[in-house]
Amino acid sequence: METTIKATNLTKSFGDFTAVDKLNFEVEKGEIFGFLGANGAGKTTAMKMLIGISKPTAGDAMVANYKVSTQADLVKKNIGYMSQKFALYDDLNIKENIQFFGGIYGLNAKTLQQKYQQVVENLGLENYVKQLVKNLPLGLKQKLAFSVALLHQPKVVFLDEPTGGVDPITRRQFWELIYEAADRGTTIFVTTHYMDEAEYCDRISMMVDGKIKALDTPKALKKEFGAETLNEVFLNLAR
Amino acid sequence: MKKFIGFVKKEFYHIFRDKRSLFILFGMPVAQILLFGFAISNEINNVDIAILDKADDKNSKEIIVNLKASKYFNVLDYLQSEKEIETAFQKGKVKAVVTFDQDFARNLQRPKTSKLQIITDATNPNVANTITNYINSIVVKYQMVNLQQDPPPQLVQSESRMFFNPALESVYMFVPGVMTVILMLVSAMMTSISITREKEVGTMEILLVSPLKPSTVIAGKVVPYIFLSLINAIVIVLLSVFVFQMPIMGSLFWLSIESLLFIVTSLSLGILISTLSSTQQTAMMISLMGLMLPTILLSGFIFPIESMPYPLQLISHIIPAKWFIIIIKSIMLKGVGFSFFWKETLILVVMTIFLLGLSIKKYKIRLA
Amino acid sequence: MKTVYIIIRKEFKQIFRNKAMIPIIFVLPLLQLVILSNAATYEVKDIQIGYVDYDHSISSRKLIENIKGSSYFENPIYYESAAQAEEAILKDKIELVIEIPQDFEKNIIQANYPKVAVRVNAIDGASAGVQNVYIQQIISNFNKHIRLESYNPAQQSLNYSSIESVTSFWYNQNLNYKTLMVPGILVLIITMLTLFLSSMNIVREKEIGTLEQINVTPIKKWQFIVGKLFPFWVIGLMLLSIGLLIAKLIFNTPMLGSNMLIYAYTSLYLLLILGMGLLISNFTDTQQQAMFIAWFFVVIFILMSGLFTPIESMPIWAQNFTQLNPVAYFVEMMRMIMLKGSTFQDTGVIFMKTFIYALVMNFLAVWSYQKKN
Repeated sequence: METTIKATNLTKSFGDFTAVDKLNFEVEKGEIFGFLGANGAGKTTAMKMLIGISKPTAGDAMVANYKVSTQADLVKKNIGYMSQKFALYDDLNIKENIQFFGGIYGLNAKTLQQKYQQVVENLGLENYVKQLVKNLPLGLKQKLAFSVALLHQPKVVFLDEPTGGVDPITRRQFWELIYEAADRGTTIFVTTHYMDEAEYCDRISMMVDGKIKALDTPKALKKEFGAETLNEVFLNLAR
Repeated sequence: MKKFIGFVKKEFYHIFRDKRSLFILFGMPVAQILLFGFAISNEINNVDIAILDKADDKNSKEIIVNLKASKYFNVLDYLQSEKEIETAFQKGKVKAVVTFDQDFARNLQRPKTSKLQIITDATNPNVANTITNYINSIVVKYQMVNLQQDPPPQLVQSESRMFFNPALESVYMFVPGVMTVILMLVSAMMTSISITREKEVGTMEILLVSPLKPSTVIAGKVVPYIFLSLINAIVIVLLSVFVFQMPIMGSLFWLSIESLLFIVTSLSLGILISTLSSTQQTAMMISLMGLMLPTILLSGFIFPIESMPYPLQLISHIIPAKWFIIIIKSIMLKGVGFSFFWKETLILVVMTIFLLGLSIKKYKIRLA
Repeated sequence: MKTVYIIIRKEFKQIFRNKAMIPIIFVLPLLQLVILSNAATYEVKDIQIGYVDYDHSISSRKLIENIKGSSYFENPIYYESAAQAEEAILKDKIELVIEIPQDFEKNIIQANYPKVAVRVNAIDGASAGVQNVYIQQIISNFNKHIRLESYNPAQQSLNYSSIESVTSFWYNQNLNYKTLMVPGILVLIITMLTLFLSSMNIVREKEIGTLEQINVTPIKKWQFIVGKLFPFWVIGLMLLSIGLLIAKLIFNTPMLGSNMLIYAYTSLYLLLILGMGLLISNFTDTQQQAMFIAWFFVVIFILMSGLFTPIESMPIWAQNFTQLNPVAYFVEMMRMIMLKGSTFQDTGVIFMKTFIYALVMNFLAVWSYQKKN
């Protein structure tokens, strides 16, 4: 198996405070990796280092075969990112968003047109092509944002609480898109607060106070902690 | 009512939490009024001039000495020929050139007229005019003192008294103007932005589905800004009295009431702008691009309205700032009572009602 | 380069998508140029004047006639008493009043030097000064007349030498304020528009959250900055072009110098303003803050630019301060190139200063942008 993310003693301190403390983990190609933790556990800080917008104070990580400490630009070229705050341009339509975000990754006009048609077809957006993105229902917006993050066929996609505020059915559909991408070999790195979502992941890690306290498949974790649900596991750890 | 107070409290929290904006809101007007109060005036000092002295004799030299000695002028350059005048102006520094004819002193000896030429760079007409007057008065004075020529006696004498501003201080003119511009723009900008912000973020919808009436929502958003603007007004008045020695001849009571009225007028304008715009950006651009120059230029703040072409005098009637400037000058400098500015007050009241009415109508259409 | 192009294309789309912005960017400023250029005049004319005449004599009437005949004043309004006239000043009905005392004529004949009182509303000190000068001129003309009538003409021909000063107003013979104001107000609207738009722009992406998205893409920082600011640079130059056209066609403003030079300077100047906008953007979290800071500086820049009140009239510290005022440079530049036909040699110093200023501003802006994000 090929490793697409590998953190080695990844650390970030702000003065005396260590937000992320010596993380060590590996994520395989095509894996769906759940990154869990309470608010303030250091999830966001860790993620920022992995996507190359924050430098580690110690240790390092390899993402898509590049070091985040020194090769942030190359890391950025090979990853996709979708954040909890909706991050498409509200005042552009679907095509214009695809042209922009695809374009900055160097896709040519022909590819963009193809991708655009694919996205519209896959997500069933035919009725919305003339509309500005701000007029799309929230669920569709998030699916669209995910598709946009995949436009340039990144090796890894980072999803920061992607399904905040949508209904369970849409969430289900969203995860189907995630599975499809993973099947095509894209590594998925996802943070979430929903424990049912965590169940969908291949493996999950749980972060407490800047450290990874547990890391395994959901099944194995439940067994290890003798718990019925992941929620129990989480409460056990976070206490 | 209780709901309303809760709502106003929430707005205050918003405002006071954002320390940086608060600093901006209170710091800026103070900085501006101090800066402008000290720096802006119409009096001209230290103008750079050049001399072309073809005479180079006793009298021309004496006049040059007088020019140099005056606080108005600074002789920067001595030119050699007429050709150099153009270059001197084009280089930009020199604002006027004084030239003396070849036979300047000789012509003075015999009963004849000697010519002195004042050439000014009139790209700024105001400066050009003032410089000419100053130079002329220096020459006249020289004539009286050095050539022992008493002007023929003025049979009818006159005695001028400058009312309300005996020392002709520019500050008296500019402080009310700056105060008006600041209150107008800060109030209108703040409200229009804070309302459109809620629209843009989407919280406006939440507020509108709450049991609060739309008008209550708007009022709740506006009330805190009335307080803030009032504090600004008080600070500005304190500065003008204690730093710039402006008198307050009239009643403090009316000064407060009228300031409050003007603040409400400006806020209403802000509300109207917010109904016209869907994004903060639009709201800001309308309040800034739309209000700033007209408020500065058409309010009588710097340029006298009476001198403007008639159509512009008509347009100036719809500028609220114009009426407020008249009112504060009446209260602070003339010390007159309400009977002297009730008309202006009424106009502001009518404007406020009109602006609010229009906004309410717009809101209803949008909600329907 | 392609990335920059993609960003620029997106920016233009967003700017022109917002239908409300097009009139704000193009119509509103140019409308103001056309209208407000007429408003800015210090010329004092059509002054409302009142008079009180306690003498009711031929001489007093003659003096009033002289005022009536002058082009500076409106027809004088008669008041019964000084108190009534003063009330009219308080009510802003008249700007000044001239009061002719009792026995005015008698005192003239007896050479008793009668005094007329002039009272001026001096809140606007500058105008009051001018009004006073005008009324003094009329009184001294009146005096001349009395002399001519009463003295022996032979006495008048007594020759004495005098200095005659001849005045000529270059570049603007009729002292037309619009000649100065049209280019000046054009400078103001170009500055306001580009500074406001650029200072709001990047904060806006910060506020909406799209900046975070941009940061994880391979877009380089300089590409992003250039891509974001270029459209405003273009808008600034477009505004200049339309403004110059209006100046030529509507106001017939003289354009002595080279238009190329104006464009060259404006291009440089816009870089300075856009750098300033970016700097403001970097130090603010919300559009509201950015706007207030931009507004703060714009008001200072405008009022201290030397356009409305002369720079020479400021105290020395404030004059030194205008060295940091870009609007002062631009106003001066327009005045020199357009109205006086100054060349690149004449304006080299200002070019150089603006260039250095722009360099420093953009360096600070890019540096702080990299630090903050």
